[in-house]
Amino acid sequence: MIRQHTVNDIKKCSMVEQNGLAEIRWHGRGGQGVVTAGEIMAETALDEGRYFQAFPEFGAERTGAPVRAYTRISDEPIDLHCPVSEPSVVVVLDPTLLPSIDVYHGLSNGGVVIINSPKSPSEIAPQQRLKNHLVATVDATSIAMNTLKRNIPNTAMLGGLLSATPIVGKDTCLNVIVRRLSMRFPQHIVEANKTAFEQAFSSVQL
Amino acid sequence: MKPLPSDSTIEMKDAIGTVKSTAKSLSGGFAVAEAMRQTNPDVVACYPITPSTLVVEKFSELVANGEVDTEFVAVESEHSALSACLAATAAGVRSQTASSSQGLAYMWEVLYAVSGLRLPVVLHCANRALSAPINIHGDHTDTMGARDSGWIQLYAENPQEAYDNALAAVRIAEHPDVLLPVLGSQDGYTVTHSVERVDVLPDKEVKKFVGQYTPKSALLDIENPVTFGPLVSPKHAFELKLQGIEAMSRAEDVIDSIGEEFAFLTGRPLDSVELYRMEDAELVMVVIGSVAGTARVAIDRLRSDGTKAGLLKIRSYRPFPSTRICEVLGGKKAVAVLDRALSPGAPYSPLYTDICAALYSHGVILPLASFVHGIGGRDTYPKQIIEAFQRIEEKLKVGESMNQTEYLGIT
Repeated sequence: MIRQHTVNDIKKCSMVEQNGLAEIRWHGRGGQGVVTAGEIMAETALDEGRYFQAFPEFGAERTGAPVRAYTRISDEPIDLHCPVSEPSVVVVLDPTLLPSIDVYHGLSNGGVVIINSPKSPSEIAPQQRLKNHLVATVDATSIAMNTLKRNIPNTAMLGGLLSATPIVGKDTCLNVIVRRLSMRFPQHIVEANKTAFEQAFSSVQL
Repeated sequence: MKPLPSDSTIEMKDAIGTVKSTAKSLSGGFAVAEAMRQTNPDVVACYPITPSTLVVEKFSELVANGEVDTEFVAVESEHSALSACLAATAAGVRSQTASSSQGLAYMWEVLYAVSGLRLPVVLHCANRALSAPINIHGDHTDTMGARDSGWIQLYAENPQEAYDNALAAVRIAEHPDVLLPVLGSQDGYTVTHSVERVDVLPDKEVKKFVGQYTPKSALLDIENPVTFGPLVSPKHAFELKLQGIEAMSRAEDVIDSIGEEFAFLTGRPLDSVELYRMEDAELVMVVIGSVAGTARVAIDRLRSDGTKAGLLKIRSYRPFPSTRICEVLGGKKAVAVLDRALSPGAPYSPLYTDICAALYSHGVILPLASFVHGIGGRDTYPKQIIEAFQRIEEKLKVGESMNQTEYLGIT
């Protein structure tokens, strides 16, 4: 079941910002652009005049090793300097982490989970445990392979994430992606990332 | 706010904090590199070490792109990095470096030479634990070990403060009443690698703020020949070292007046200590570094449950603002000191020892609890700070002694 995201879906995840603070935890593997995704969200928040924090959990920066990163976005300055332990949003860039890492740990009530998978949310996520949450999936790996020709699913996951829960504006985020990637990559790679974002945005399964 | 110093270069038409800054998303490391770009030091000599690497990586890129005029010396060790800075500043120019942990340890003997020669070198430090066990994460063991080396030490809570300190450090170090090197610190990873909003001053305002470096005497000033670093006999060495002590004590006022000048530009105060909800506080925690923000969140929660908690953040650790600390802590029911360093065999960790000595010597005697957190990069959450406050509250109630150090977040 693939469908466009609707106003009702947004209403469902009204708990994403508690006291005006959204706390995101990213799970992925080294090389998938986990840290960059968090930083793109942060820069988007900056463009929207909000406050933010984006930081990775360091230790194993090897390609393929499990990596987690955190992003906080708020209308107020952020004082906390500790990892996000009760995220309102969990983003899983690599579904092969699901059997070994409890990605849902501490997820706050009413929070949102988005997983990179071709499967539907009910097929991949523990429904009983996540009955008070919004679970979404997006086939970010296929999208990345088709557009970027490699498994870097971060920009697609950003598209999927903002489709499931508009923490920051879609257009602002696209602008940041273009601005950031243009500094390092040729035009066709920037375009491919834009396409990945858009395709993911319109193909989220809820 | 106290009136501006009479020699201030700031024109009064600039109202407080009205210089328009640009908000950028920067990590603590990149924020320091940005401050260095704007300062445009004459010489930067570095040997990269995690987590200070971001500073060096970004700054060497700026050099390669021609965005600064700095002579970048890619040396073969930290010992050489600081030696190059020593020589450059003795020659008469402005120099800076960056390091962490083992790198700072390797600079050790040069640290004392730089301060003893009264050279205003600026060192950007990313706090990291010392080996062994080998650990790349943050704690204050590295800089606390350097506390007696005659360097001014400023600690930043977040990337914004790291940027602010990096600019203020130049002015403090070069102030004619001071002429001491300054080490500006930020917690490894927690601040160095955390991308946050940083308000960056316009280049021209920074240029005006840091001004030109005019050395009091310079090795390359051949019209006025001087000797740097000759052998000094017992007849004079003691007095020379005491001059360093006096300069350090004069630095207290200089730090505050430059902080006020900076606040005038940015609206952000840069005092040697920062207070939070202290007016009516009964229980106070004293902290240093990035945990201050987490502590403020914890204090808000405690306050909403009726506990009158407050926070004293130390920004300038050397010189240690003893009088100011005693003024604000006097009359409180109890004080908890939160150290992020260990001092094996000592009665307590460094910050506690300093607070204790300051209070006792000023005749302020109150229950003083010692807590240690964050060793080897262990994260500290609001919950642990709340528990620490609850512990001292409980001990006060039953009249139990607080003289045993407690370790937060141990599993």
